[in-house]
This record gives sequence, C-alpha cells and structure tokens, in this order.
Amino acid sequence: MAIAVRNLTKLYDTEKAVNDISFDVKTGEILGFLGPNGAGKTTTMKIITCYMPPTSGSVEVEGFDIAEHSFEVRKKIGYLPEMNPLYLDMNVVGYLEYSAQLHGLKNAMLRSRIKEMIDVCGIASVRHKDIGELSKGFRQRVGLAQAMIHDPEVLILDEPTSGLDPNQIVEIRNLIRQLGRAKTVVLSTHILSEVQATCDRVIIINEGTIVADGTLEQLRQDFRGSEKISLELKANVSNAMTDMYPKFKEIPQVESVEYGGEEGDLHKFSIHTVKGSDVREEIFRRSVSEGWVLLEMSRKATSLEEVFHKLTTAE
Amino acid sequence: MGAKFDINEAIKYLGRLANVGTIFKKELRSYFNSAVAYVVIVVFLAIVGWVYTSSMFLINVASLRMLFEWIPMVFLFVIPAITMRLLAEEKKAGTIELLTTKPLHDWEIVIGKFLAAWALVGIALLPTLIYYITIVFLGDVDHGPVIGGYLGLLLMAGVYVAVGLLASSVTENQIVAFILGLLMMFALFMLDKILIFVPEFMTSIVEYLGVDFHFSNIARGVIDSRDIVYFGSVLGFTLYLSVVALERRKW
Repeated sequence: MAIAVRNLTKLYDTEKAVNDISFDVKTGEILGFLGPNGAGKTTTMKIITCYMPPTSGSVEVEGFDIAEHSFEVRKKIGYLPEMNPLYLDMNVVGYLEYSAQLHGLKNAMLRSRIKEMIDVCGIASVRHKDIGELSKGFRQRVGLAQAMIHDPEVLILDEPTSGLDPNQIVEIRNLIRQLGRAKTVVLSTHILSEVQATCDRVIIINEGTIVADGTLEQLRQDFRGSEKISLELKANVSNAMTDMYPKFKEIPQVESVEYGGEEGDLHKFSIHTVKGSDVREEIFRRSVSEGWVLLEMSRKATSLEEVFHKLTTAE
Repeated sequence: MGAKFDINEAIKYLGRLANVGTIFKKELRSYFNSAVAYVVIVVFLAIVGWVYTSSMFLINVASLRMLFEWIPMVFLFVIPAITMRLLAEEKKAGTIELLTTKPLHDWEIVIGKFLAAWALVGIALLPTLIYYITIVFLGDVDHGPVIGGYLGLLLMAGVYVAVGLLASSVTENQIVAFILGLLMMFALFMLDKILIFVPEFMTSIVEYLGVDFHFSNIARGVIDSRDIVYFGSVLGFTLYLSVVALERRKW
C-alpha cells in the first residue's frame, strides 16, 4: 500500500474541511481525487505532504507515519502544490538544482537527475531561461520536474492542469500518464474528463467526506440508478390514466411512471426503472398486445457527469 | 555503540548545515539577481561618502566617528528593505509550501535566510573600508574603535536583520513587513534615548534593552561580555519567534 489514510479529520477553527475520511492508494495506481472546489481535496493533500498536521486521524506513506517519520515521508513524496508556485526569478536549471540539493542530492547524482528530468519533462529548450519568462505549459513542466527530481515513489499533484489551454492540458495529461507507469500518483481535479483521461481509480469527495470510491466503470454501474425511458404511443383510449398507466406501472422493475400529456391520440410517458434492469422489451410486448402503436422509445443512461453532479450537490 | 551513535548524529547535523548553506546561497544569489544588492551597496557608499567628506572638508577632521553615528540610522531604512521579502514573498507566491514540504526543519529555512540577509549587509559595508584606508594614509589612527565600530555595526545589523525577518514571517504583504520591521527596529534603537520618560527604577533595564546602548559600548572599542550576551540573546530569541511564526500553519 503506497498511501493509507485513516479517519482523517481537519478542522479550521470550527469548520470541518475534512471529515473522517479513510482510503488506500495501491502502489503504481493513478488515483483521481475529484470534487468541487472547497471539498477538502487540497487540505487532504497538504496533510499527506506534511505541510500541516491533521486534527485527528493518521496517514502512512510507504509504511511511514506522517507524524512520527515526517522526513521519511517527505523524501518519498514529490509534490506539485495548487497553482504551481515557482521562483520566477530563478532559471530552470538553477531551480531544479536548488530543489535537488534540498533533497540531499549531490555531484554526479544531482547532475544526472537534473538532466533526466529535463529530458523527461521536455524542457531542454528553456533550461537557461528565467521561470518568469516561461509559458504556463512550460511552467507546469518545470513544476513536475521539480516534484520528481529526487525520484520519489509517490507523486501528489494538486490540480496539475488548471489554467492551461486545451493543447497544454493534453500534453500534461500525457506526461502524467507516462510518469504514472513507474509511480503512485494522486492527482486532484474538479474536472471529470481529467479523471476519465488519466486515472485508474477515482475518489469523489464532497464537503469533506468521501461519497464514492472505485474505478470509473464501477462508479458508472453503482450510480446508474433509475434509468429513464421516454415513450410516445398512438392509442385510441378514452382515459390514458386509467387505461394505459396501470399497464406500465405493474411491470415489476418499474419504479414510477409519469404521464406526459396527450395530443389527440398521441400519449407520452416517462418511465423510471430500478438499477440495472431493462424493461424496453416488456413495454414493447404490452403495447403490441394492447394494440397501441409505439412511435418512440428512448433510454437515457446515467452519464458520469450526472453521477458526479448527483454526488456533489446537496439534495 | 555509544561512539557510533555520536558519529551518526554528527553526520546528520552536518547534513542539516548543508541545507542551511543551500538556502543561504539561493537567497544571497537572488539579492544579486535582482537590483536589491546593488541598490543597498550604492546607498551605503553614497551616504557614508557624503558624511565622511563633509566632515573632512567642513570641519577639517578625517574621522570615522561620524560614520558610526550615521550608519545605524541608515540601517533603520535599508535593513527592512532587505528583509521584507524573505518570508513574505514565499508565502504570497505559495513557494513556502514547496520549501516546507522538503525534508527540512523550519529552523533551517529561517537560519539560511537570516544569514543571507546578514551577509548582504556585511558585503555592503565592505566598500566603506575605503574611507578607513584613506584615513590610515592620512595619519595615525587608533585602530581599536574602528574595529570595535565595525564589529558593533555587524552585531547591530544582525539584530536588525533578525527583527526584519520576524516582521516578514508574520505577513505575506512585503510593505507591511517593511513597516513592521522599521517600527520594531526603531523601537529598539530609541529605547536608550527615552530614558528621561522612564520611571527611575526601570531605566537600567530599558537602557539594557536598547540596541544603540550596546553598539556604543562596542564602538568605543570596549568589548564587554554583557554586550555580547545582549546581541546573542536578542538574536536567538527573535529568530526563535520567526520559527514559531513559520510553524503557525501547523496550529
């Protein structure tokens, strides 16, 4: 287990930024930490990286407790904070050298790591420029190079693509994917497509608590929920509510039926079904046996956007 | 077993000093990368030159005494300008988060930055030695007060830099850090000059707390352990407060 978070709680004054969360990150995994702004993602990351201590609960990184073996934890983590802070008056090589020295790298080792990071992150062309002169995309690459300079086992990236243009976003995501092959990565984001593009697993956090945890496919399954089937039928009935409505309502997997009104002999229905069922065939059979003409039938699957929206908005 | 343990401790301790050195070098370099260092050096040379030449030509005295009266006042404005960015800038830019999540103690950050700013003041004082050299050529000089004067200036600068660093550690606004630093330094500077307003039983305490009182003692060429203890303890206490302020994020 690369990271084990247990019953983590953080209070700012009396406000609970993180409320009793627990999760594990497996070695080699790319975990997406998804949630709206202010959900507690950054706070959790600041605690894991030893920037500030939790109010209660514990975190272990590669088997080292953040409170008892803080320095061991720090050595094993590469961190890209929110907004990617950098020393704008330093040049790229000078900055990487400074970061490497603070991690205790020296001489040949230091030079070879800097060279490797410059190659991996694609910043050779700007290596002697001041960071202040670089575009946001290059700055992000420098931030990643800095985070990995000491070859850490775990990378913690807080919103690594925020503020980038679409091309830069794709580049940085590819870079993270590539780096993620050899490392355990935790990245936070409030953008769902980011998780879809880069992560193996996702934890959705809202108001300081974990509301979902699993692979994208699992989440899609678990939160498919009641699907909605829209119907339009042509039927010559005197009262749709008494003649048609019960026929759909009595199908076992149907949770509820809404009547959408009529136009002459056209009738509309919305049918909500229980999780994981498919009643379209049954609807078709019943319509045929009653002599109604089925003009339109469509099923709307729950998208991940809807799952995310549902989980992160107070009902 | 015991001996081996000690060696490991010693190696660890040296490793810590290496970190202080890394931060020291980075900070000193960034003073010279920006205009700060050159402005400071020029300001010192200009003011000291003016004080020195005016005393030489107006009252026909070639002496460094005026110099040791003026530089402490120049310090009051120049040192807050040197120290204001040390921590405030890092907090504003968020780089403090990178620095404090490296395998470093907070005190290593504070000491490294303190030494860099102090060294810059020392470097800025170096060119003023030109005036000393000219005096040596002009006639007999009592070297004691000069050496004492420079030593006193360095110790005073150390206290001011520590105070300025403390001001920089409590805010992320550099202007606030400058003003706060200036006020605290001014207070320390004025303490021994307001003794007539102080109840009699407190005068010796207030006088002892004033930085200029101890500077004058040393500048006379008399190096007393009480003065050294004063500088050492004020320095240590102020730096300790800066470390506490930096650790405030953990509360």
